[in-house]
Amino acid sequence: MTDNALYIDEMMDQYPAKPEYLIVILQDIQNKYGYISSDAMRLACDHVHVPMTQAYAVATFYQSFRLDPLGEHEIKVCLGTACHLKGGQRLVEDLERKLKVAPGETTEDMRFTLNTVNCVGACALAPVVSVDNKYHPNATAQKMEKVLKTLTDPSLAEMEGTGNA
Amino acid sequence: MHDNALAVESESLCLRSLDDLNRFRKQIMDKRDPDQPEIVVCHGTGCLANGSAEVSEAIRSALEASGIDAKVFPGIKTTGCQGFCSHGPLVVIRPQGIFYQNVKPKDAKEIIEKTIVQGDIVKRLLYKNPTDGKKILHEQDIPFYKRQTRVVLHNIGKIDPTDICDTIASGGYQALAKALTTMTPEQVVTEIEISGLRGRGGAGFPTGRKWRSALNAIEKKGRPVYVVVNGDEGDPGAFMDRTIMEGDPHAVLEGLILGAYALGANKGYLYVRAEYPLAIKHLTIAMEQARAYGLLGDNILNSGFSFDARINRGAGAFVCGESTALFTSIEGNPGNPRPKYVRSVEEGLWGRPTVLNNVETWANIPLIVNKGGDWYAAIGVPHSTGTKVFSLVGKVNNVGLVEVPMGVPLSTIVEDIGGGVPGGAPFKAVQTGGPSGGCIPYELKDTPVDFDSLTKAGSMMGSGAMIVMDNRDCVVDVGRYFLRFLEEESCGKCMPCRLGLSRMREILDNFSEGKGSEKDIEDLLSLSKAIQDSALCALGSSAPNPVLTTLNYFKDEYLAHVTRQKCPAGVCKNLITYQIDPDVCTGCTACAKQCPVSCIAGEKKKPHAIDTSLCIRCGICMDTCKFNAVNVI
Repeated sequence: MTDNALYIDEMMDQYPAKPEYLIVILQDIQNKYGYISSDAMRLACDHVHVPMTQAYAVATFYQSFRLDPLGEHEIKVCLGTACHLKGGQRLVEDLERKLKVAPGETTEDMRFTLNTVNCVGACALAPVVSVDNKYHPNATAQKMEKVLKTLTDPSLAEMEGTGNA
Repeated sequence: MHDNALAVESESLCLRSLDDLNRFRKQIMDKRDPDQPEIVVCHGTGCLANGSAEVSEAIRSALEASGIDAKVFPGIKTTGCQGFCSHGPLVVIRPQGIFYQNVKPKDAKEIIEKTIVQGDIVKRLLYKNPTDGKKILHEQDIPFYKRQTRVVLHNIGKIDPTDICDTIASGGYQALAKALTTMTPEQVVTEIEISGLRGRGGAGFPTGRKWRSALNAIEKKGRPVYVVVNGDEGDPGAFMDRTIMEGDPHAVLEGLILGAYALGANKGYLYVRAEYPLAIKHLTIAMEQARAYGLLGDNILNSGFSFDARINRGAGAFVCGESTALFTSIEGNPGNPRPKYVRSVEEGLWGRPTVLNNVETWANIPLIVNKGGDWYAAIGVPHSTGTKVFSLVGKVNNVGLVEVPMGVPLSTIVEDIGGGVPGGAPFKAVQTGGPSGGCIPYELKDTPVDFDSLTKAGSMMGSGAMIVMDNRDCVVDVGRYFLRFLEEESCGKCMPCRLGLSRMREILDNFSEGKGSEKDIEDLLSLSKAIQDSALCALGSSAPNPVLTTLNYFKDEYLAHVTRQKCPAGVCKNLITYQIDPDVCTGCTACAKQCPVSCIAGEKKKPHAIDTSLCIRCGICMDTCKFNAVNVI
C-alpha cells in the first residue's frame, strides 16, 4: 500500500461506510492532494459502496472538484457581480495572456493553475483575486503582474495588502 | 477563547436548567468590569483580506509593550464582520464606541498610547463624512450605521463568535431555555406564525406556514423529521448569510434547535458553501461548545429533548441552494432538483418531512421566541414583517452590510446609508435578487423594499444582494453575465433551462457585438416566457428576470446595440474604441509599458496615441492611467 492510500484509508475511517459520505470524503481527498486521482476515487468508492460511475458523476457535477493535478500556485479570480462590474473579467483575460492558459488549466511547467470563482463574498474589495487562498483586494493587471513575479522569484519585495482567505 | 470564558464552577460544564443558564450568565457578567476598555478589531472576511489579523496582532504587541496598569488593561476582542467593509480594517474602542477606520499595523502603538493611555483621539483614523467633510468620533453617529435597524445583526461586531460565554452574556440561548421550560412546541410554531416572518432565502414563503405544513405532514407520515439550514449562499454579490454564520453562529444554531423542538426533530443539517471556510470553522466551534454546555445533543438543558446536527460542506454548485437539489446533495449525489408535485416539507431529505430555512431566517427565530411574534410583526410593513439584511455592493460609496426594516424606500438604502454613487451622479439601476432578480431603475428609487413591492417592480427580494450600477455599466453586459452564470450552473436536467438559457445568451452575445435585429428582441421575450413557464426549478424559471426587467426599463440601450452598433455605457468590447486625450496625457509612458500588444506609442513627456487597428480593448491602459487621459468612445 502506498503512503497516499494509507492516508486516505485512515481519513475515511472517521466516516461511516454509507453513500451519503461520498462527497465529504472526496472533499477531504481534494483538500489534501489538490485533486482526485482515479486511484483515490476508487478507494472512496470501495469505502462507501458506490460504483465509480457514481463518484465520477459527483466529481464532475460539482465545480470544486478537480480530476487533474493542481499547479504549485492556484490563482482564483472572483467573478461575482461586484467583481464583474469592476473589471474581474478583464483580469481573467489578462492572466490568460500572461500565463498562456485558459481558466481551469495549469501551465505546462505546473507552476500556476488559473481558475475563476463565482463569488468569495468579499465584494467591498472588488475586484478580488485569491492567490494560494490569500485575497488580493482591488486587484489590477499591474498588481497581479507583481504578484506573479514575486511567486516566480520570492526574493522580490513583498506585495502589499494580503491577508488570509 | 476570550478572557471571560469560564467553566461552570467545579461541576461539569453542562447546564441543566434555565436557572443554571441564568446563574452562569450572571457569573460571566460579574467578572466583567463595564468600565474596562475593550479594543474590538473586525475579523470579518473583508477586513481580514485588508490585513486586520496583522492589526490585532500589532495592537496586542503594543499593549504588552506599553506597561499599562493591570487594573485598566484593556481586553482585545476580535469579532465577525461589522458591515462597513469598504472602510476596513475597523477598530472600535468600547465602551465609548470610538470608531477607527483603515487601521494599519503601524497605527497600533499610537492607538494604545493616545487613546487607551491618555484618553485622546487619533484624528487621522476617524471616519470623515463625505457630505460635510466633518470627522465623526463615534460609530453610532456615522450615517451608515445610524440609519440602520440592527436586529438580526445586533450581536455581530460586538461578540467574539468563537466564545460561547460572550454569546450567553449577550442573551444567547435565553430563547431556547424559555421555550424548553415554559412553551409547548405548538406555542413556538404559533409565535412564528404570528410574527409573519417570511423566508429570507429568496422566495419569501411564510415560515410559520411552512412549519405548520410540516406538522401536518408528520401527522400523516410520522417521524423522523429533519431540520436543515440553507447556508449555500450562492448569489454572486451576497454575503449576508456568511456574515451571520461567521459573526453570530450561535444565533443560527439556537434558531435551528428551536425549530427542531417545535417540530420534534432530533437531527439537523447545516449545508454551508465550501467557499466560506471561516463560517464553517465558527459554526464547528459553536457546535462543539454548545454540546459541551448541554445546549446541543442529548437531553438539552435536562428537558428530555434531544437534538444534534452536522455540517455538510457544499461543493460549488449554485443549484444546491434549491431545496430539492440541496437534499440530494446531502444524500451524497449530484445536486439535481426534482419536480415539486409533492412539497419538500412532506417529502424532503431521505423522503421524510423536512423543514429547510435560510440562515437569516433561522437567526430570526430566537428573537421572535424571546420577544414574541407581535413584537416582530410590528417591525416593517404588513405582509413583509421584520428587518432584512442587504449586502450593498457595486458602484456605491459605502459598500457593506445593511440591515433595515422591511418597506424602507430603495433610495434610503442606496443614497442615505450607501452614500450614493462615487462621483455623485445618480445611480443607473439597482440589481436585487441576484441572477434570479431584476434591475430597478433610478426612476423607481422610491419603491419600498419589501417582498411584494419588489415583485411588482419586476424584480424580487432574493436573498438580499443589492448591486448598484452607474452609467458606466451596460445592461446588455449585465444580462449576459447573469445568463452565462446560470448557463454554467444549470444542472442540465430540464430542456428549457439547459438549451433555453444558452440560446438567450447567444442572442445577447450577438447584441454585444452589434449584430442582431429588433426581431431578436421579440424572440428573447418569447423565449423568456417559455422558460419561465416550463423550467423544472426556480433556477431556470427565474433566469429570464434580469433580461426582462432591463428590456422593460432600458429598451433604448438594447436598441442602441442592435440598430446603431453602439454601447452607450462603453462596456461591450466590439463596439468601443479607446482613445488618449492629447490635452490631458502627460506622456508618462505608464500605459505604453503595460499595453500587452504594444499598440501605444509616443515620445516621453509628449501625448501618446493608441493604434486602434492593433488594440485588443483590454482596458489596461485606462486602468493604468493616473490622469484619466484614456477615454472610451
